[in-house]
Amino acid sequence: MLTNMATNLPQDELRAHAQAIRIDIIKMLNQAGSGHAGGSLGMADIFTALYFRVMHHEPENPLWEDRDRLFLSNGHIVPVRYAAMAHAGYFPISALKTLRKLDSDLQGHPERVRMPALETTSGPLGSGLGQAAGYAYAARMDNRRFRVYCVTSDGEHNEGNHWEAVMFAAKYKLSHLTLFIDRNNIQIDGFTNDVMPLEPLSEKYKAFNWNVIQIDGHDFYQILSAVEQARSEYQRPTVIIAKTIPGKGVSFMENKFEWHGKVPNDEEAKRAIKELQKNA
Amino acid sequence: MLNKTAHVSEAMFSKKIESVPVRDGFGEGMVRLGRENPLVVALTADLKESTRIHRFAAEFPDRFIECGVSEQGMITVASGLANYGKIPFACSFAAFSPGRNWEQIRTTICLNDVPVKIAGLFVGVTVGADGATHQMLEDISLMRSLPNMIVVAPSDAIEARKAVIAAASINKPVYLRIPRVESPVYTTEETPFEIGKAVTIWEEKNPQVTIIAHGVMVYESLLAARELSKKGIMSIVINCHTIKPLDDQAIIHAAKLTDAVVVAEEHQQSGGLGGAISELLGQQYPAYIEIVGVADSFGQSGKPKELLERYGLTAEHIAQAARRVIKRKNS
Ligand SMILES: Cc1ncc(C[n+]2csc(CCOP(=O)(O)OP(=O)(O)O)c2C)c(N)n1
Ligand SMILES: [Mg+2]
Repeated sequence: MLTNMATNLPQDELRAHAQAIRIDIIKMLNQAGSGHAGGSLGMADIFTALYFRVMHHEPENPLWEDRDRLFLSNGHIVPVRYAAMAHAGYFPISALKTLRKLDSDLQGHPERVRMPALETTSGPLGSGLGQAAGYAYAARMDNRRFRVYCVTSDGEHNEGNHWEAVMFAAKYKLSHLTLFIDRNNIQIDGFTNDVMPLEPLSEKYKAFNWNVIQIDGHDFYQILSAVEQARSEYQRPTVIIAKTIPGKGVSFMENKFEWHGKVPNDEEAKRAIKELQKNA
Repeated sequence: MLNKTAHVSEAMFSKKIESVPVRDGFGEGMVRLGRENPLVVALTADLKESTRIHRFAAEFPDRFIECGVSEQGMITVASGLANYGKIPFACSFAAFSPGRNWEQIRTTICLNDVPVKIAGLFVGVTVGADGATHQMLEDISLMRSLPNMIVVAPSDAIEARKAVIAAASINKPVYLRIPRVESPVYTTEETPFEIGKAVTIWEEKNPQVTIIAHGVMVYESLLAARELSKKGIMSIVINCHTIKPLDDQAIIHAAKLTDAVVVAEEHQQSGGLGGAISELLGQQYPAYIEIVGVADSFGQSGKPKELLERYGLTAEHIAQAARRVIKRKNS
């Protein structure tokens, strides 16, 4: 069983996992020929933290009933989840190359029916938090002890469905629910501030009665401390607004919205992997 | 035999026939329409390039509205624009619009009867690697059950362009179903296109079966007809680009000639054109029917061609269905 500890954390070890996961993301997207590079790379540190420190889970027993649940709302970044799961031992790393191929369990957008450990099916944006809130509500009805995590993107915050769930979670004081926001400032058509401004985002959540924590989403200490803080909150759901760099680790992809839904060609993949290896 | 009055491409069955993404025709139609009609406004929900509305946006920035990822918001805003007197085209992926915002379409566009044009791009399994969540297979069913809604599903890029222009000219809500995939451009400028009028593309003497299709399945149907003809099975192929209102007359006429009908579509077998034709013929001229469509399942990731094969949506499957329906008729 993997457990967490914000203190004494082996930052180097986590960083090494994250870089290895990034390299696999590049490889799998290159092989698939389509998919979403920006958000997947940007969330590699948070997924590393979730799968290697934060969540109570058993990769060899994926449906262990007391596991923490992780709902990925912005399903298009599922390559980072597949890669993190493979590195954590859910399935062989070699399976990653089947991403987006016919009959693969690694669908372009996550499908629970094909891979139950994904907890749900997503891709259409804005519906993850509602599901996570429903799950958390049900768990509390039965006095279950596990925590529910949900990962969303900033672009998804354009969807009304998301804000309906924000109100629901606050009304029912779902303090065992923790929401991560991938605040990378990009979506498909451009920078979030141009497509649909969200700021002041943390004030919005505060006004909706959430416990709000802002962090640098590439700093493991901050990620793990924020999770600890969420665990000691007993009245409100917690949102961790994580500032991230889309395309993180590959200089020619970083902060470019054009890389939202693009994948590296062979030459770009080679360059990207070289750069990631150098900084591993 | 190709019907001369359909004026289809001379390259019809040759390898030289050009393939173009159907959505490109949509994008081009929007630019032409923008130049013709200053009332036309385009909206998108964070899918400017994927819906091919980016050229319109560049040429008419004052008539382009970026709504962010908010299909319900976008469609109600479009309703307001149309209510005021504009001609809004709301462009997104079909799974999200009309998939996600159906009730808003029902009440604020159809019951309210304002002429919003809804462009649903990314339809059918030919969406490909994005997988089931993005492969819309239920949109015709959702849209054709709505009073006041007109449903058009073009079969190639040229027809998609014509459909855009035609949609703007009617003062009614219209749903345009636009495939993403590259498909052979078999129609020409001269091919007739009128909303509500089915086009007979292939017509032989003493036909034994009528094949009716929309979208990328029309070309597959033509390939099937040619193969059947080589084996001595004569047929009629109808491009039924308008699913609502259905061209009752053309369909009943063809059904009377053949008593056997195959409907081919990239949609669930239930609720689509197959459903519409079954309802029509069941009530007015019962005939033998086979529906070539997705059999009550979701798609998955893969290449468009692989998926058409996997879900039984190729010329070969259409030809088999034609043989089956003829056999049933004759037994
Ligand atoms: C309901 C819905 N509408 C539209 C889309 C198409 N879409 C996929 S990702 C995306 C951009 C969302 O922004 P964000 O998640 O912040 O992108 P990222 O930061 O990962 O690049 C859009 C509009 C979708 N998947 N679901
Ligand atoms: Mg983003």
